[in-house]
Amino acid sequence: MYIPHTNAEREAMLETIGQENLEDLFQCLPKDGRFPDLALPHGITEMEALDELQYIASANETTQELSSFLGAGAYNHYIPAAVDSLLRRGEFYTAYTPYQPEISQGTLQTIFEYQSLIAALTGMDISNASHYDGATAVAEAVNMAYHTFRGRRQKVILSPALHPHYRETVHTYMEGAPLEIVGEDLDPKAGPEELRPLLDKNTAVVIVQYPDFFGRIFDYAALGEAAHEVGALLAVHVNPLALGLLKPPSEFDADIVTGEGQPLGIPLAYGGPYLGIFATKQKYVRKMAGRLAGETVDDRGQRGYTLTLNTREQHIRRERATSNICTNQGLIVLASTIYMSLLGKHGLRQVAELNYHKAHYAAEKINTVPGYMVNPVQSFFNEFVVHCPRPAEEVNKHLLAHDILGGYELSKDYPELENELLVAITEMNTRSEIDYLIHVLLEE
Amino acid sequence: MTKSNVQPTIFELSAPGRKGVQFPKSDVPTADLPKDFLREELPLPELSEHEVIRHFTNLSQLNHSVDNGFYPLGSCTMKYNPKINEETARLPGFAQIHPLQPAITVQGALGLMYETQKWLGEISGFDAVTLQPAAGAHGELTGVLIIRAYHRARGDEKRVKMLVPDSAHGTNPASSSMSGLEMVELPSDERGNVDLEALKAECDDTLAGLMITNPNTLGLFDENIHEVCQLVHEAGGLVYGDGANMNALLGIHRPGDSGIDVMHFNLHKTFSTPHGGGGPGSGPVGVTAELAEFLPFPQVAMTKEETEETLPFYDLITPKQSIGRVKAFHGHFGMVVRAFTYMLTLGKNGLRAVSEYAVLNANYLQALVKDTYHIPHERLCMHEFVAQGHWEDAPGIRALDISKRLMDFGFHPPTNYFPLIIPEALMIEPTETETKDTLDAFAETLLKIAEEARTDPEKLHNAPHRTPFGRLDEVKAAKELILRTQLPEGYGED
Repeated sequence: MYIPHTNAEREAMLETIGQENLEDLFQCLPKDGRFPDLALPHGITEMEALDELQYIASANETTQELSSFLGAGAYNHYIPAAVDSLLRRGEFYTAYTPYQPEISQGTLQTIFEYQSLIAALTGMDISNASHYDGATAVAEAVNMAYHTFRGRRQKVILSPALHPHYRETVHTYMEGAPLEIVGEDLDPKAGPEELRPLLDKNTAVVIVQYPDFFGRIFDYAALGEAAHEVGALLAVHVNPLALGLLKPPSEFDADIVTGEGQPLGIPLAYGGPYLGIFATKQKYVRKMAGRLAGETVDDRGQRGYTLTLNTREQHIRRERATSNICTNQGLIVLASTIYMSLLGKHGLRQVAELNYHKAHYAAEKINTVPGYMVNPVQSFFNEFVVHCPRPAEEVNKHLLAHDILGGYELSKDYPELENELLVAITEMNTRSEIDYLIHVLLEE
Repeated sequence: MTKSNVQPTIFELSAPGRKGVQFPKSDVPTADLPKDFLREELPLPELSEHEVIRHFTNLSQLNHSVDNGFYPLGSCTMKYNPKINEETARLPGFAQIHPLQPAITVQGALGLMYETQKWLGEISGFDAVTLQPAAGAHGELTGVLIIRAYHRARGDEKRVKMLVPDSAHGTNPASSSMSGLEMVELPSDERGNVDLEALKAECDDTLAGLMITNPNTLGLFDENIHEVCQLVHEAGGLVYGDGANMNALLGIHRPGDSGIDVMHFNLHKTFSTPHGGGGPGSGPVGVTAELAEFLPFPQVAMTKEETEETLPFYDLITPKQSIGRVKAFHGHFGMVVRAFTYMLTLGKNGLRAVSEYAVLNANYLQALVKDTYHIPHERLCMHEFVAQGHWEDAPGIRALDISKRLMDFGFHPPTNYFPLIIPEALMIEPTETETKDTLDAFAETLLKIAEEARTDPEKLHNAPHRTPFGRLDEVKAAKELILRTQLPEGYGED
């Protein structure tokens, strides 16, 4: 179907090569096991394939069909039509990494604009052209901090309120380094105050989340100051959408800002592909992994862009590179760049406020349901923890029976939090949907 | 001077008060904002939807892509990306499901992942496959960590040495050292295979494994692959296969059958998912039965078999001695849907045809240019070959000049200066989806450029001439390091 050769062309080509048939081209392969008879079905037409895939897809219940209050690192947001319309341009999605700048300015300028937008949003000096997702961006932050001190600082502090998947990924990535990873066994709800005593001269980096995994907003300025006093780095992982409203982590004097870019116009898609945001201070530019686009001029005097500081990367530095990253999230970078361009300063603020107000409305309402409680003191953005009168798993089952995708059961990662449910509200949740949730909670 | 192709940035296009999207008014009472946490300024641009569309459409037209021209980039497999894959990945049943939904509500997604694991395993000869890794390099890291975990589980702590042939992709040595192993480089012999004597000399009890790309980056199938694997196994090591070049082997040869223990796939190369201007990719990893318990979590399993009354049930599980989690959630599901659509459409015969015609195209192109461009290892190649872009009677001309000149004729250059062991390398991979006519035109252009190298070398030095941009000043870019738009004072304040 995708192979264009006619029989006559194939024969002519074989003749040019000097071989009888296609099988002869593989004569240098071991005879044993050559041309295996794969236990796979025969091909089908596009029409049949679409039918088959539609059938498989229909076995999933979508966030369109269910009322979703599920977040925990991936959020159901509205994606303006213009985003996908542009993503479908073949010139973007069928291009390779822009190693030939003369014929890749579309991709390169997009990366440059993305870097500029992320820098503006986070308040940091520079951003790279992305990591795979929030988890791997955090792992690369640890990797960068470790190498910044040339392995001489061997302690890493992870907030227990950093997304559990991210913490797990850090452990996997850093398995080969002699690191002591601390902080995770503190009380899950520990705040920055409880992390401070762990800082010492052996600490490479302390990593916190903003808003944290439980949705809470903390001021990390004092923690940053304490970290800097002992010479350690502060890394803050953000929800970029929240930065439409909240002050940027540069105000905590963060050295590294990572983020999960999924809220910026990326579909849920059962977990990926998403977008790993990574930004830092100018002085660490050579320590940072990943691609970078820089402004320059061409030999005709035109302003243009090219990948730069390639000597940090694996294809040049090989075993001496600090990271092996090569392919990144190119097209997702484009999606988030279009999303941020469409919303702009006012749109991003508006959607962030919508999330905030709706979440606070929901929290207040849930607090009125007997047995359910939301901590009223702590500031939060669009996600909060609900203490339930019985195991969260049972509450979720009851909700699902009413076509509601409840929150995230915190006991999955924190066994002691059996009755706690992490609930997320976005601009997609209407007031009537929230009222229906309350109605179903009251009914059980 | 012809017309300028410079595009203003979105920051330069901005005008205060413009909006590209409106959200509905809030339907709930207004809550007090957290005044200690509010940001004072948000220096983002303001544009209308039309401006955004026009801006990015204009930008897109500055790109070369598979959809608008030949892209013979070696080891990157720039094949046609079928449009049906884009449709299926966007079906609401796939695009609008949350990664943490209960398994009972996502049986379609889990079933599709389970089937993809099985298909990839069958194609490559591995017993278990993880779909977690986000890209090829991520798959390498995963695979190398599995090798480490395997030795450690056996109490074999001294195995810290990873052998990497000198023709390997840069990610191989980087992945080895990232996982704490010591990399030792192996030379290639005169036929482009791994040098067996050098390999034997390194086979001792500190050997963790060998990372091999087969076919290698010279486009050659290692003729001693069985012996290579056997030597490593006898020394107690494991063999890692870099599956970047799997497009040569579908239905032709299963790497698992020749003794490879762990291998990553690049769904964005072999299985037609688009490269997206640098990603996202997807890098599933296949392993032998012995290594299955070390795979990262979560892994998709069929936890209840199908019966006469009930459908099978799929769920996420954690392998017993798992190396851990390598990213959040469950891999690049959107790319998996595309690759599954591709495999389903092609089926067993179609997959074999992919590799047959990929190899036919490469050998045909090699035959057309080999009398003009020196081929250091002239054998039947696999899906790609390496030529040298240099002639003694045109001393000033380098592979770079040839590459840049190719752009003037509407072709993307081959991969150049790689593999590192071939001076002035031009690594050419046409893929199976190109017509004979395209290959003929490309070969003709290469011959014409070879002629120009002697008659008009300046034309090559100054190339490209007909592209929207000329050669970019990379030294200036690295020296000045302008990595973001320079905003004027007060930008973003109301």
